[in-house]
Amino acid sequence: MNRVVMHLTVRGLFGRRRAVLLVILPVLLLLLAALTRWASGGDPTASAGLTGGFAMGTVVPLMCLLVGTGVIGPEIDDGSIVYLLAKPLPRRTILLSKLVVALAAALVFAVLPAMASAAIAGDQGMRLTMAFGVTAALAAITYTTIFVALSVVTRNAVIVGLLYALVWETLLGGYVPGVRDVSVRQWALAPAEQLLGTRAAEWGVTSVVSVTVGLALLAATTVAAAVLAVRRLQTLRLTTGD
Amino acid sequence: MPSNELAAGPPVPVTPTTSAAEDVIHDIGFRHYDGARFGRGWIVRSLLVETVRGIFGLGRPAKSKIMPWVLFGILMLPPLIIALWVILTGGKDLPLSYTGYLSSMQFVISLFVAGAAPYCVSRDLRHGVIPLYLSRPMKRSDYALAKFGGLSIGLFLVLAVPETLLLLGAVLAKLSIGHQLAGWAGGIAISAILALALSSVGLVIAAFTPRRGLGVAAIVTTLLVASGMSFVLSGIAEQKGYLKLSDYVAMLDPFRLVDGLAVAWFGVSSSSSTAPPPGALGGTVFALVAAALVGGGVAILVRRYRKVGVV
Repeated sequence: MNRVVMHLTVRGLFGRRRAVLLVILPVLLLLLAALTRWASGGDPTASAGLTGGFAMGTVVPLMCLLVGTGVIGPEIDDGSIVYLLAKPLPRRTILLSKLVVALAAALVFAVLPAMASAAIAGDQGMRLTMAFGVTAALAAITYTTIFVALSVVTRNAVIVGLLYALVWETLLGGYVPGVRDVSVRQWALAPAEQLLGTRAAEWGVTSVVSVTVGLALLAATTVAAAVLAVRRLQTLRLTTGD
Repeated sequence: MPSNELAAGPPVPVTPTTSAAEDVIHDIGFRHYDGARFGRGWIVRSLLVETVRGIFGLGRPAKSKIMPWVLFGILMLPPLIIALWVILTGGKDLPLSYTGYLSSMQFVISLFVAGAAPYCVSRDLRHGVIPLYLSRPMKRSDYALAKFGGLSIGLFLVLAVPETLLLLGAVLAKLSIGHQLAGWAGGIAISAILALALSSVGLVIAAFTPRRGLGVAAIVTTLLVASGMSFVLSGIAEQKGYLKLSDYVAMLDPFRLVDGLAVAWFGVSSSSSTAPPPGALGGTVFALVAAALVGGGVAILVRRYRKVGVV
């Protein structure tokens, strides 16, 4: 880790009005959670529906995408990454510093809102909040690492990431059962199902994979994405274009 | 990019141009040009054509062609499959209405807008070349309107081609021609309105985000969240018994807005679970909101370009 790189990354991520974009989505989620509580009277099933659907399906992937591509994508896009790469620092250090900032930002702007959404919309003894906290944290770590790697690999990282997070996981996952096995969201939901025990089926929190498989796949994907990102940054080619 | 005009050549003595009617500096000391000069209209036309071509990656490097054509391909898949299905099974009608197709491909269309809109305006802002455009006999509003027109036309093409493919499938399957033609015309009209609405939303956001990646993310987020919000709010309002409110909240989402117009004008069944808009009043309100969305977007865009580029 390098403190200067982390400091620069934080400034790049939150500088100017960019922080506003990161705040809008969590605020909207919390508003919807309050409305859901008002409409359903704090029913955990409705709460699990909102958190499992809108929060885990849209807000967490989108926030991880914004943060993950935001820490390194713009610098590669406008070529200013060369000033950083030219410094006598291992590229591994540069990438991991940026990754740590991204993970911290994802924790604040994706995981905490998801937990708050479950707590506000309706819960029983914080069990739903804790379960979704674990799920959102696991999903956020994997998503963010994937999207950081993606933004080193391709300049269309945002669109490719969205195609994966929303078309693959949300749309295709609904129709084609096999797709659901290859989905960060499903892997991350496995521990939540385990934590909720008998209530899981009642509240509609289910996963298609078992806990061991889910955790193993999450860890493997995260490590693979991080390694890929470092390798690609070590051989980065800056292409001019639009 | 106007870089072609600055192409290197042998140094030529600078001679003052006298033919220019407007107060424009044509000869900036590089290479002399005596040919005919087209005026403001031609410049706007060229900008429009270049914008439309650029949206599809024509005249840009191969890398820029991948995304638009992949998304265009994804948009063409359902009509092809539906057409084949109708022809092979000999059904009586298309399983999907022409306007329902637009709603069902909402996400891919959003992605296309998000990719195209920042391409149209963000780079010019980022590289500070707006003053170069403005040194020609072109007004600031011309630039904004040309970009808006270009994106709208590009987007309309992307929507109209799959619609026409659907019609082609229906005709080949020998469904009733008159009925299908009417449906297709409605689909084309709604596509045009949707193209205008999405262009205005996309360009306004892109014009305020000089960084391309950030613009893409901001546009997709806005469209997705608007859609998600409108569905959740509709659901809550319905649950609480405010059925009218539930129908009107659909206006938050551009896709549900045009879907409501399709219901009001062409009598197709709504593609979402709610049934917007209620009655003739609802149709008028939806139409006014759509007009306000497009008009407001263009007004903000023109206002934005009144100041941009002045350092």
